[in-house]
Amino acid sequence: MNKPWIWAWLAAALAFSATLGLTSGRGASELAYAALSFGAFAAIVGLGQMLVITLGPGNVDLSIPATMTLAATLALKAMGGNPGTALMGLGIALSVGVAVGVANYALIFLLRLPPIIATLAASLVYQSFAIWSNRGLRIKPPQDLADFSTGRLLGLPNVAWVGLVLACITWVVLERSVWGRWLLASGQNLRAARLAGIPVELVRASTYVTVAVFAAIAGFLLASFSGGAALNMGAEYLLMSIAVVVIGGSSIAGGDSNVPGVWGAALFMFLVVSMLNSYGAGAGVRNVLTGTIIIGIVIAASSRRIRA
Amino acid sequence: MTAQESAPLVTLTDAARHFGPVRALDGVSLSVFPGDCIGLVGHNGAGKSTLVNLVNGGLPPSSGEVRFDLGETALDAGVRSVFQELSLCPNLTVAENLRISHMELKGFGWRRTARAEIAETLDMVFPDHGITSDAEVDTLSIAQRQMVEIAIGFAPRGQSARLVILDEPTSSLDAGIADQLLQHIKRFCLGGGSVIFISHMLGEIFDVANRIIVLKDGKIVAEKPTADFTRQGLVDAMGHVATETAEAERTGTFGAEVVRTDQGLAARQGEVVGLSGLAGHGQAAALAKLYLSQSSSWRAGRSPQVAFVAGDRQSDGILPLWSILRNMTVSILPKDARFGLVDRQAEQKVAEDWKTRIGIRTDDITNPLLSLSGGNQQKVLFARALASPAPIVIMDDPMRGVDVGTKQDVYAMIRTEAAAGRTFLWYSTETEEVCQCDRVFVFRNGEISAELTGAEITEEKILEASFEMQEAS
Repeated sequence: MNKPWIWAWLAAALAFSATLGLTSGRGASELAYAALSFGAFAAIVGLGQMLVITLGPGNVDLSIPATMTLAATLALKAMGGNPGTALMGLGIALSVGVAVGVANYALIFLLRLPPIIATLAASLVYQSFAIWSNRGLRIKPPQDLADFSTGRLLGLPNVAWVGLVLACITWVVLERSVWGRWLLASGQNLRAARLAGIPVELVRASTYVTVAVFAAIAGFLLASFSGGAALNMGAEYLLMSIAVVVIGGSSIAGGDSNVPGVWGAALFMFLVVSMLNSYGAGAGVRNVLTGTIIIGIVIAASSRRIRA
Repeated sequence: MTAQESAPLVTLTDAARHFGPVRALDGVSLSVFPGDCIGLVGHNGAGKSTLVNLVNGGLPPSSGEVRFDLGETALDAGVRSVFQELSLCPNLTVAENLRISHMELKGFGWRRTARAEIAETLDMVFPDHGITSDAEVDTLSIAQRQMVEIAIGFAPRGQSARLVILDEPTSSLDAGIADQLLQHIKRFCLGGGSVIFISHMLGEIFDVANRIIVLKDGKIVAEKPTADFTRQGLVDAMGHVATETAEAERTGTFGAEVVRTDQGLAARQGEVVGLSGLAGHGQAAALAKLYLSQSSSWRAGRSPQVAFVAGDRQSDGILPLWSILRNMTVSILPKDARFGLVDRQAEQKVAEDWKTRIGIRTDDITNPLLSLSGGNQQKVLFARALASPAPIVIMDDPMRGVDVGTKQDVYAMIRTEAAAGRTFLWYSTETEEVCQCDRVFVFRNGEISAELTGAEITEEKILEASFEMQEAS
């Protein structure tokens, strides 16, 4: 059992069946559909966060919520609800992602700031940009884009397809590409990786850009999905992005990441909340139980790994 | 000479130890008295470690006798050993490592007692050491680990240390810390404790020892009070290491100069350049600086200019989560990659090839790297560098923990590669290794103090260049 992602999927399956137990099996496909839709956003930001956490201790991107908001706000403002502008909007969101990633890494590299401080401080700036650019107005996405992001293909939500494609790309890059090897090596021991000839700064820079681009994509899709960008739309994805990485079985110490686990954990995070909701738990109880369950899974996954 | 009046702690009477036909120790008689500080010198293979192992009970003598004044065993008599090969458990904290050799620490709250005891000993031996007792050993530098190991040797551990054997304790310590240790040894001996001190650094021996014993080919060839030795006399008594095999293979013809640093370090194509001098005098720093200046943090091409073999495996070399295979091939990935993807068949082939060539003891190269012994891990690091096409190979004391047989294989491999046009820069703490080089730079206080070539490369010349400063001061 040295596949730590199993725990996330087991937990998701348990939460799924526990919820259905209440309705004696009715609404299974609706619940699965909702989990895939909402889980997709957590999975996309989680994949990015996983790459950064793989870089090793101290590496984390706390600017994900602000990046999502900024990318969504600027993209939706530029599109102005006009039909046929979806691709331009996506281009703007991606550019925002690249710019944010470069800025984050510049702070980390040039000013030698710890990534936690650099990304947290920078996120205040990004959030302010978002506020300043549209002054709190909520602009609707173009209809074709809204239709796409709430639509489905072959029975699965389109946003889930996007999340799956990104997960596959991430998996191939991590497991099969030279860059993936470089990333995993840097996360185990940065100095040893440098002395083995790995261009570690290139690896770090590209990782911080990638996480910001993933956050921008998630923000763009979420705003289109929910009918417009809101200033607090990214808030819950700060903890979410880290939680899905940890529950998914990636090592917090770096150098060891786990793509399938991120998706399992993203589904679980949605399902556990709907399970507690359907059992009628209040907000307080829900939070306490969610926290307890997360701790339990992390312990299960990590103690297995030590023995393996 | 009050020390001599009391009874000896340990007495060896004509003790010998044979390993098959090899007479590692060939009849040695020796008594260690309270307050004694014995300096033990001799070349590698002279029998120093075997003698230590007889005294600390690690090996029984083949013939002759080892007798302690208190109890039957070395443990009862309060004999402790601090080894040059670091023997701490890297995943445990400093305090927990003390527990391993301190059986009485048990029950509720033993960690608190252990923390207090190790902190107190560290403070006593190395004031301002900056090591917290709760730090895990693998977060410490190699020098700090050695300091912890020494402190565990001197720690009370339920009785008290009466004889502490220090085997090359200063090889990874810088001059300031080494001096703290020497001061502590003097205090310890004044207080009636005894020390057997093994070092290749003759200055230290002259500083602390009241008696010097010279071993050669398993026999004591000289034993006199320190005052009766001169530095030259001691070097002569140790005798010289035969290097004829290496000398025979020296080619003597080199290509163009491929390395020259501001410091004056230089190397020509096909040359094996040695860096020597006392440990911690800037050799490792010079090599790391050279490596970093010749490679980039931003680009990695298909043909790197330099490759690096780490001596401090934990901090500079191994990637602990990975298999042997991945550790071996990490530097050559771009060479065979297509569209940025690793060519896994080519990778497998290279790794299998090097596993056989350098003799890594494993059934399966996809086993975790940490399943290998230290010496075999070091071989993986050699393979990593030699498999890369880099024309310059930088080696930072790479023979730590490598057994004698493998060393010979690696020497031969280095010679072959050098003859084929590769350049080696090789820092070693063992003078014997440095003597095999074509050119030697001796470092002192971060500067090059001598450049030796050809017949000038002798142990005496190297020692002379390493010590001049200390004699002047």
